[in-house]
Amino acid sequence: MVFEKDLNLDATELRLGLPGSSEESLRISNKRALPDMNDDSGVAAAKKCDQETAPPTKAQVVGWPPIRSYRKNSLQTKKIEAETSGMYVKVSMDGAPYLRKIDLKVYKGYPELFKALEDMFKFKVGKYSEREGYNGSEFVPTYEDKDGDWMLVGDVPWEMFINACKRLRIVRGSEARGLGCVV
Amino acid sequence: MQKKMAYSFPDEVLEHVFSFIQSDKDRNAVSLVCKSWYEIERWCRRKVFIGNCYAVSPRMVIRRFPEVRSIKLKGKPHFADFNLVPDGWGGYVLPWIAEMAGAYPWLEEIRLKRMVVTDESLELIAKSFKNFKVLVLFSCEGFSTDGLAAIAASCKNLRELDLRESEVDDLSGHWLAHFPETCTSLVSLNISCLRSDEVSFSALERLVGRCPNLRSLRLNRAVTLDKIANILRRAPQLVDFGTGYYAAELQPDVFSNLAGAFSSCKELKSLSGFWDVVPAYLPALYSICPRLTSLNLSYATIQSPDLIKLVSHCPRLQRLLVLDYVEDSGLEELASSCKDLQELRVFPSDPFGAEPNVSLTEQGLVAVSLGCPKLRSVLYFCRRMSNAALVTIAQNRPNLTRFRLCIIEPKTPDYLTLEPLDVGFGAIVEHCKDLSRLSLSGLLTDHVFEYIGTYGKKLEMLSVAFAGDSDLGLHHVLSGCESLRKLEIRDCPFGDKALLANAAKLETMRSLWMSSCAVSFGACKLLGQKMPKLNVEVIDETEPPDSRPESCPVDKLYIYRSVAGPRFDMPPFVWTMDEAVRILH
Repeated sequence: MVFEKDLNLDATELRLGLPGSSEESLRISNKRALPDMNDDSGVAAAKKCDQETAPPTKAQVVGWPPIRSYRKNSLQTKKIEAETSGMYVKVSMDGAPYLRKIDLKVYKGYPELFKALEDMFKFKVGKYSEREGYNGSEFVPTYEDKDGDWMLVGDVPWEMFINACKRLRIVRGSEARGLGCVV
Repeated sequence: MQKKMAYSFPDEVLEHVFSFIQSDKDRNAVSLVCKSWYEIERWCRRKVFIGNCYAVSPRMVIRRFPEVRSIKLKGKPHFADFNLVPDGWGGYVLPWIAEMAGAYPWLEEIRLKRMVVTDESLELIAKSFKNFKVLVLFSCEGFSTDGLAAIAASCKNLRELDLRESEVDDLSGHWLAHFPETCTSLVSLNISCLRSDEVSFSALERLVGRCPNLRSLRLNRAVTLDKIANILRRAPQLVDFGTGYYAAELQPDVFSNLAGAFSSCKELKSLSGFWDVVPAYLPALYSICPRLTSLNLSYATIQSPDLIKLVSHCPRLQRLLVLDYVEDSGLEELASSCKDLQELRVFPSDPFGAEPNVSLTEQGLVAVSLGCPKLRSVLYFCRRMSNAALVTIAQNRPNLTRFRLCIIEPKTPDYLTLEPLDVGFGAIVEHCKDLSRLSLSGLLTDHVFEYIGTYGKKLEMLSVAFAGDSDLGLHHVLSGCESLRKLEIRDCPFGDKALLANAAKLETMRSLWMSSCAVSFGACKLLGQKMPKLNVEVIDETEPPDSRPESCPVDKLYIYRSVAGPRFDMPPFVWTMDEAVRILH
């Protein structure tokens, strides 16, 4: 849903801006707002944006944000479970000189996993369809499951996949043909 | 002529008329008409609500209302939910139970919120009230499953046992087996807060199976997904159901069994629980989704696409609780699918992370406010907001009655203009004329309080944090908000002036909480001395407030009106300011 970008704030009775501010300064972006270097209104923006290093968890103020303990505990249990038991699997790509290792628990689903693999190995995953597997790319992601079988990545629900996957292999197209659902 | 008619009604007739008057407010009004109405009314009042257990003593309640069957008590201040009230502060229910055990042998219902309930209290309830029917312990603590066993064993006509969000010392799941085989009266059972992994499942199954009137059942995490079908088949008449663990390896027979069990529940309108969800099992709910009016997915760590799929099957949804994994895209779908939506709560999945982990912004809330004409109640955690968005929300949803916004980083300005959010919240109070509850966040100056004081005439509860510039802010609220009952403030630069200037106002409110503000010890003492009908309590865990100069600010302050005088069950870190005895400890 799009709300009007050219809201006429003057029309509302509660117009109370700082001197010098106006509609033209509306910057709509998905990025978090950075303090405007030229802004000398004196309003301090609370956040700094450091995209490069891994952001540390902030020092916690007691009782803030206002979340009930049982809810916090519930989230924390999940976080701890997630953080302590990583699901590391080896990833190989045909033609690459060495293997990599990734933690499957870090990803929330297939799209994220593929993006990570694409970045890591500099290739593109094709378009997935249930009938035909991956089309449009020479490289196909496959995995070895608990039974030792090599399967096409993407056929089963994500949760099932990360529990079954023992290692990943990005196969060159010609070898991948003939891979579909097992059994 | 007309005056005579009032006195010619026999008491029984008036009593009969009064029996149709259920609301506390109306009952209180009735009792003020004249002395005889006061007398008749007090003998036939069956339900009492006490919003602050320290505002009145058990003896006073019993003396005035000798025939009470149902009591509702609240203890700790709301900020106790966020660990701002130290353990041991108070809110003990035992003195109440002890007095009522003798005075109200026919008591049927006890509903408690934020109180300390011991096993001793529960055992006393079990022993003392022969016709006990309803026990609701909302956000309570201090008891164990042993106490629950006593209730289960003794209460022959128990209809409701609801432990919502309480902290229970979960010693054993076997307490459920203490419900006798003859107990068939249960209508509502909520054990969702129990943490233990062992719940006597066979006892639970049998209990559910023999209670044909069971309408509401909320299980805890210990109950695994494969067991849900068995439970549901024994209780197809359920209206409200809370699942346990909703995760398992996908197995077709388990899935179809579950889907079948859900579809046999033709009355099911409300679902909750959903810890650890496997999205593949969500379609098992599709048959009941068209009837669902309430859905609590606030523990479910499922992503936006799965949430969207589920929500799009629920056109009649009135109430949705969800994590911010729903994202703006999910809320946009909600706005287009669920036109009956009245209440939305979005909780943060990663409240302490420094960076946003999901794409949930003000856009999602704006979308829902535009698309859902019946939206009345909002609780929204997000990381950015703008005045423009708030103004849009206010103009589109003047029917909002509860608006609680939490921008996670304190003092966050409008992300577009970097201005304070005064104008935005001002629009909310101006347009939403029936707004009764408001929680503020973000960068706010005294101006926002000016708007609130001017327009917030129906505002009953206000929560403020990290806001304002001076006493003027507090003064605007106390002098302007005519309906204000509860005010809770933390980390604001409000001091003595506004508080002392508006001392009389405090007697018209239930309570005021101020922590990490600038109210001096001297002002607290003065207030306590001048206002005998107020209990002024200072909380300081580090050192006694009088070990510092009087001008030093107190750490935490809790002021409430009371006809019972200062309480005597305070822990060492709570001091009461009293006119008779300078500082009572």
